[in-house]
Amino acid sequence: MEDYIKITKNGLWNNNQALVALLGLCPLLAVTSNIVNAIGLGLATTFVLVASNTTISIFRHYIRKEIRIPVFVLLIASFVTIVELVMQSYFYDLYLILGIFVPLIVTNCAILGRAEAFASKNSWDKSLLDGLMMGVGFSIVLVILGAMRELIGSGTLFDQSALLLGDLGSTLSVTVFTDYQGTLMAVLPPGAFIGLGLIVAIKNLIDQKLSQKSV
Amino acid sequence: MKLQPIFKAGILLFTFTAISIFFVSMVQDSTQERIKYNERQLLIQRLGELVTSYDNNILQDKFFKKTMLHGIEQTLTIYPAKNNNQTFAYLIEHTYPNGYSGSIRLLTGVGVDKKLLGVRVIAHKETPGLGDKIETQKSDWIKQFLGLSLSNPTKQNWKVKQDGGIFDAFTGATVTPRAIVTATYQVLELFSKPCLFNEKPCN
Repeated sequence: MEDYIKITKNGLWNNNQALVALLGLCPLLAVTSNIVNAIGLGLATTFVLVASNTTISIFRHYIRKEIRIPVFVLLIASFVTIVELVMQSYFYDLYLILGIFVPLIVTNCAILGRAEAFASKNSWDKSLLDGLMMGVGFSIVLVILGAMRELIGSGTLFDQSALLLGDLGSTLSVTVFTDYQGTLMAVLPPGAFIGLGLIVAIKNLIDQKLSQKSV
Repeated sequence: MKLQPIFKAGILLFTFTAISIFFVSMVQDSTQERIKYNERQLLIQRLGELVTSYDNNILQDKFFKKTMLHGIEQTLTIYPAKNNNQTFAYLIEHTYPNGYSGSIRLLTGVGVDKKLLGVRVIAHKETPGLGDKIETQKSDWIKQFLGLSLSNPTKQNWKVKQDGGIFDAFTGATVTPRAIVTATYQVLELFSKPCLFNEKPCN
């Protein structure tokens, strides 16, 4: 039981792929200009992580050491292709926005990293949980960054959520500041770097406070 | 005997590849109908924003024309909108290469009376928050072209206000509206030449 708690803590906080390992920055920085994009890519990444971790851990005794990397990449790429096809057929509007970033999930080192560092050494249930928690941890950072940039950049939250949720989503969209001209820098790439930097700083600050307390 | 581990690895890799291909192609097979349907719906929806009452199969009747436009050689996709076999408008898909950051893909509708039925942006890479006001979701700016033609307004007025014309530019972004205005004018110019609908090349 302790193992599972440790895996959960690792994924969400201690070894958060986006904040500690700083992996998967390409999609992280590129799509987080609003919450809806962030959620979309977060879900896709989490699904791929769970699927690849579980599969790799089930077959871990058969995957020979010298071909493990090609096999991992092959499996990850297959899952990403499946996600892309499903997205194209059921969330076509979202696909039109996220389209070019979905194939890039393959190059998200966080996924290959978890396959190599965890799934190839642990049982399938632990690997599944690890994939899920790493994915959720990554998605939370995506969503926080997306919310920050959307709020500062365009003064809205959950704009265009109809893309993800259909008609239900159009009621979710909130305009926080009316008549807001927008802060362009938050929407452009520098905003992503600065925002991520701030989140990392806040996390480190909290960690520091916690360790001071325990000493 | 030394080759054996390599053979084993090869067979294993092959097996994994085969299984992966099997699953991916299964998913592709079951989704491709829907994906094609989605793509068609999107196109019909886009065309429908410019022309409404047509009775032909507009996607089947489309034709291509290779010509010089906006300073580059490009292949236009032209959708004729017909009523009782009488074409009343053409929807022209074209690329304007000089947006603020890269090319802008546009759909321009022109009636046979040479008046604009409207302009829509299909794809662009303009600055989010500034240049993307050319999308209909963000602003109504692009809808102002409805009903205009080569003579209305006059040639010196077919420009953004900064250049002495009549079209508004957004605060902080002039290049993007200028690109759309220029592209629209050049399509109208091309449309007034008969070569667009002949076998002969335009230039």
